[in-house]
Amino acid sequence: MKPRIVITGLGIVAPNGVGCTNFEAALRSGSSGIRFFPELEALKFSCQIGGKPPLTQNIIDANLSALQQRNFNANGILYGIISGMEALRDANIRPATAEEDPLWNLGIIFGTGTSGVDKFREAIYQVDDKKVRRLGSTTVVQTMASGISAYLGGMIGAGNRVTTNSAACATGTEALLLGYEHLVAGKARQMLCGSCSDDGPYLWGGFDAMRVTTWKYNDAPEQGSRPLSASASGFVPASGAGAYVLETLESAKARGATMYAEVLGGAINNGGQRLGGSMTAPNNTAVQRCIIDALSNSQVSASEIDYINGHLTATVKDPVEIDNWCKALQRSGADFPYINSLKGMIGHGLAASGSMEIVASLLQLKHNFIFPNVNAEDLHPDIENQVDSDRIPRNTLEIPLTTVAKASFGFGDVNACVIFRKI
Amino acid sequence: MTTERIYAKLLPIIQNYLPEDVSPDEVDPDKDLTRELNINSAHLVDVVLDVEDAFDIEFANDDMESLRTVNDAIKIIQKKLNQDA
Repeated sequence: MKPRIVITGLGIVAPNGVGCTNFEAALRSGSSGIRFFPELEALKFSCQIGGKPPLTQNIIDANLSALQQRNFNANGILYGIISGMEALRDANIRPATAEEDPLWNLGIIFGTGTSGVDKFREAIYQVDDKKVRRLGSTTVVQTMASGISAYLGGMIGAGNRVTTNSAACATGTEALLLGYEHLVAGKARQMLCGSCSDDGPYLWGGFDAMRVTTWKYNDAPEQGSRPLSASASGFVPASGAGAYVLETLESAKARGATMYAEVLGGAINNGGQRLGGSMTAPNNTAVQRCIIDALSNSQVSASEIDYINGHLTATVKDPVEIDNWCKALQRSGADFPYINSLKGMIGHGLAASGSMEIVASLLQLKHNFIFPNVNAEDLHPDIENQVDSDRIPRNTLEIPLTTVAKASFGFGDVNACVIFRKI
Repeated sequence: MTTERIYAKLLPIIQNYLPEDVSPDEVDPDKDLTRELNINSAHLVDVVLDVEDAFDIEFANDDMESLRTVNDAIKIIQKKLNQDA
């Protein structure tokens, strides 16, 4: 029999809340983390709003030594470290001291889309100015893709598999499932998983150029991210990090750990950029298959799903995602599960979106509530035709939850879906 | 610049790079930067960059190779300052 896997720790650095306590309060109150950035206006961005975590120097000092902060300019790694260390503390796991063996049974799979973009920009200017010798010793570790897992690995003393995954906007959900599979295979007892994303003009510029971000809400930032809405006009770029400790049930019980939920299973697939799928658009057959496979892998029937945390970015693709859920679950109208999108509050955290949304899903499951769909007062007619509007809460619901589905979809036609159950 | 003045200016730079388990009081001119003061060898290049900025000098590759102790650093800085003078 395969080992059962549970979640024993959470950490979050989100645009509307840093730390699980603040974040949960923000979820319940529907607090926006979207702001206007004069820098983006000065650089002539179409979309001049975004979501960045409100970090204070105190929070940074509590996580990074003065030496680590010297010449440090990789905000995604910073968010990842803070969330990862919170998850570890929340799980009541002590890092190894310098004199101890590493934690052989604790691994890390912490993903990102790209790393240290601002540091890389600094380096490019110095190299072009013939000052390569001035780059310092940390340019490599801040800009390597695996920077985040390497930083966390050193701070914790992880001795099992320590690596970084990358699957665009599905990165965080993929990280969780990769960690889950590693534990199910019996190769570790604890896995710290999650994802993080950089922010700022040099990361967001490419999306601005693609015209996939909204340009209509620069004067009303908090209304800009409108998943499920008829007036959705593109996503709002954001950043942050989410982290979770996965652990075998046996290990969690043996040390009396607090458990948020059981990971029943999940699926990762790819649409192959066929059948309507492309580098940037999903193959709907593959999306539906991913959801169906996740249910089957979890031995859960579609009728058991109480609540879905959607990908739902606030683009023209939201009605298509709802249609895919309806077809995969064979449920619609009043029978459809509750569904919401975190992106209405914090925007699209790109590589960090899946992990921040997983933390939100687990907090809701543990504490029995559903956060409101912010800015979805005018539901898209194609969505309202498929799903009863009360299935898309616009106000916070206090309601018992048992089984939850979370999916993320990303560029490269990647799909990932995970099923959680209350424990 | 006197050796004492160089050391006074160098000391806080070196102290920035000490690992948490080495006290700032342990720095003295004879100490080996990596082996005795436990400064991460990768950080030596950062020490050198900070020294270059503080003294407005530039280390050559062979200066880096001869840098082992705090005294070595003082000698290299002294030599560079004299060359510039």
